[in-house]
Amino acid sequence: MTAVEDVLARVHREEWARLVAVLVRRFGDLDVAEDAAAEAFAVALQKWRADGVPPNPAAWLTTTAGNKALDRVRREGKRDDKQKQAHMLTDQLSGPPEPTGAVEDERLRLLFTCAHPALAMEARVALTLRMVGGLTVAEIARAFLVQETAMGQRITRAKAKIKNARIPYRVPEAADLPSRVDGVLAVLYLVFNEGYLASGAESDPVRADLTGEAIRLARLVRTLLPYDGEVAGLLALMLLTEARRGARVSASGELVTLDQQDRGSRDRGLIAEGHALVRERLASGQAPGRYQVLSAINAVHTDAADARDTDWSQVVALYDQLVRLDANPVVALNRAIAVAELDGPQVALAQVDALRGPLDDYHAFHATRADLLRRLGRSADSRAAYDRAIALAGNSAESAYLTRRRDELGASGAST
Amino acid sequence: MHYLLTVVGDTDNPADDSAPGAIDAFNDRLKDEGRWVFAGGLTDPADATVTDNRGGDPVFSDGPFVESKEFLAGFWVVTAADLDEALALSVDASRACHRKIEVRPFDGVA
Repeated sequence: MTAVEDVLARVHREEWARLVAVLVRRFGDLDVAEDAAAEAFAVALQKWRADGVPPNPAAWLTTTAGNKALDRVRREGKRDDKQKQAHMLTDQLSGPPEPTGAVEDERLRLLFTCAHPALAMEARVALTLRMVGGLTVAEIARAFLVQETAMGQRITRAKAKIKNARIPYRVPEAADLPSRVDGVLAVLYLVFNEGYLASGAESDPVRADLTGEAIRLARLVRTLLPYDGEVAGLLALMLLTEARRGARVSASGELVTLDQQDRGSRDRGLIAEGHALVRERLASGQAPGRYQVLSAINAVHTDAADARDTDWSQVVALYDQLVRLDANPVVALNRAIAVAELDGPQVALAQVDALRGPLDDYHAFHATRADLLRRLGRSADSRAAYDRAIALAGNSAESAYLTRRRDELGASGAST
Repeated sequence: MHYLLTVVGDTDNPADDSAPGAIDAFNDRLKDEGRWVFAGGLTDPADATVTDNRGGDPVFSDGPFVESKEFLAGFWVVTAADLDEALALSVDASRACHRKIEVRPFDGVA
């Protein structure tokens, strides 16, 4: 990448959501805001290459995007009914209202708006990843294991409902926050996961920008709702996972599995903070939700000085609790991975095989099967499962890891 | 902006009349707040007749347009600035008539 592209990538990360939020507030339309923001970045690429990066890139983008949006509104205003034109005009004359409320951060305000309870949960998450996270539709589609066209339609429908039903772009009042927070947490978790195991074959295997943004926003949500157990749980989960980020990809760009990771390279500060949150939740005596259970599982993993010291019976017990809260096949798959450590690969394989129906297109299902089959000495079956996992894996570090494991299998298979 | 607040009736779960006057009170409030446009309760879906004159030879058939355990029991048409306001009204409407309420914006009102 050239220097200009580097700067632009960084500015995109840092400014996309703020830019979209400012435009939505000014023009009251998500489509206008998103298109104008995207256009401004496209113009920036050309202009900055020719003229150099302006002294204040964020201000330059805001001005450029604002002009693009204004052009579009004027252009469409001519075809639109007079009433709407008058409405836009009065809005601009009186200046954009400056909403104040519980949510001060511009990005968080956009986040809560996209998580409006009148939208289906999946639409909230998709829309927020697009508008707040700045992810492409293709990236979001991969994160959800759906086709890009289907995801595009989902986002389009959500925007249409916001426009037609007039979902307001408004700072949630304190009383609205609890009902909005579930969707916001789901969004942050998906943003974090996309960063932690980036799905694009072209993108960096770990996108610290996304994990960092998800953590930053989770911290902000926690300042708003300090007594919400799931907010604390999700923040703890992210911190404990993020603490291992540096150990997860080898120098050669290959995924390092949990049991092989250098535990000394973990971020002790994040682990201490995460453990403190988990302890705080345990001390509360309240029944935990799924993020709190997931953070407790991660606390067990990070408690062990060595992978062999992991308290697997506690991990399985926590997964049992998680299955009761959230009986989805991915949870069952992760539980089976822990069962393999406790009861052996044969028992785990039977549980994994039962999940084929819902998970046949999920790379981790085949990667897990491949590993269990390898441990059971079923080399040919294992190879086939690795092949399938490699074909489905989007993450470059994961593909490299799976390919090496498969090829090792081939070498030993040929010699025996 | 006009919203249709549809009262969703349910044959499996008939009306609860434990709060008489609640709907009248809600209607009065809508009028006081200047949100009232029009409202009405409907008789049983069995009283419905469907007219089909698309072929130029009108056919009248007895019963509602769709066989369903849920049916249109009544409605309000209200004015509200945005969906949040309309949803806040629907919360009170649902309590007043002890029914589920569907909220839909009008595309236009003649």
